[in-house]
Amino acid sequence: MKENLIIKDFCKIRNNQIFRNGILLFHDETLANPALFLKSAYKYFNLSYPKFFKMDNLSKLGFLATEILLKDKIKENLLIPGETGIVISNSASSLDTDRAFYETISDNSNFFPSPAVFVYTLPNIMIGEICIRHKITGENAFFVSEKFDAEFLYNYVSDLFKLNKISQCIAGWVDLLGDNYDAVQYFIEKGKNETNENVIFEPENISRIYIK
Amino acid sequence: MEELTEKLKKEIIEALNLEETNASDIDTDAPLFMEGLGLDSIDALELIVLLEKKYGLKIHAAKEGKKVLYSVKTMAEYIRKNNKG
Repeated sequence: MKENLIIKDFCKIRNNQIFRNGILLFHDETLANPALFLKSAYKYFNLSYPKFFKMDNLSKLGFLATEILLKDKIKENLLIPGETGIVISNSASSLDTDRAFYETISDNSNFFPSPAVFVYTLPNIMIGEICIRHKITGENAFFVSEKFDAEFLYNYVSDLFKLNKISQCIAGWVDLLGDNYDAVQYFIEKGKNETNENVIFEPENISRIYIK
Repeated sequence: MEELTEKLKKEIIEALNLEETNASDIDTDAPLFMEGLGLDSIDALELIVLLEKKYGLKIHAAKEGKKVLYSVKTMAEYIRKNNKG
């Protein structure tokens, strides 16, 4: 039987709601901004990782999505860190943190550039945080595009598998600017479509999950 | 001095986003790096900014920084000795 790339799990964080494989796990519509929502979710999921609080909001969002996405994989010891790739894209890059850093240097009479803010003025730092957390050393890439591009994601991730660079992949879209945020992550690996229950990793399914 | 160390602990917690740490959790004499709070190199830079921003004190040499940032106590002693404000 032919092996396909399968979307094993997916996680979505938007509108103060967190879904895993389509099931709502957490929501709190009362929280006014992403920082409060992400902190509340961190506590709800009982994540014990104090470095979370040092991250910028974009990294917190990506980190949290991955924690929820990989929940079972970690529990069952199924993650292969040396063979796991990460491919993430967004449209705002690290602009949210770039602005926060600019605030620290925009006033000559109060000029105190923050090193802790500066380190997050690149969007791929989010991938670094996820790699550190799970000791992931596979190929990774961060792309900036105007909007979510399922076709591009499919092509890039498929090529990594074809080139035998990875055997598992965390891929998706993690975007945050001000009070607006949107994260969708997929966990992809090779598998046989024996039961027809598997969701094949292909542009139509990637889009369907993203939109729904 | 005790008042200063307590104030400093609160400022450190805020500057370094030590969300799950209370001032009472910080041992005044314990090393801030590696052990104790387990701070890293970015935190060290952030503490240097804190000393400059809140107390107008600049650390010029790395060697001096290592001694000053050893613990809350050494930071407080440095502030008390050098802060003219």
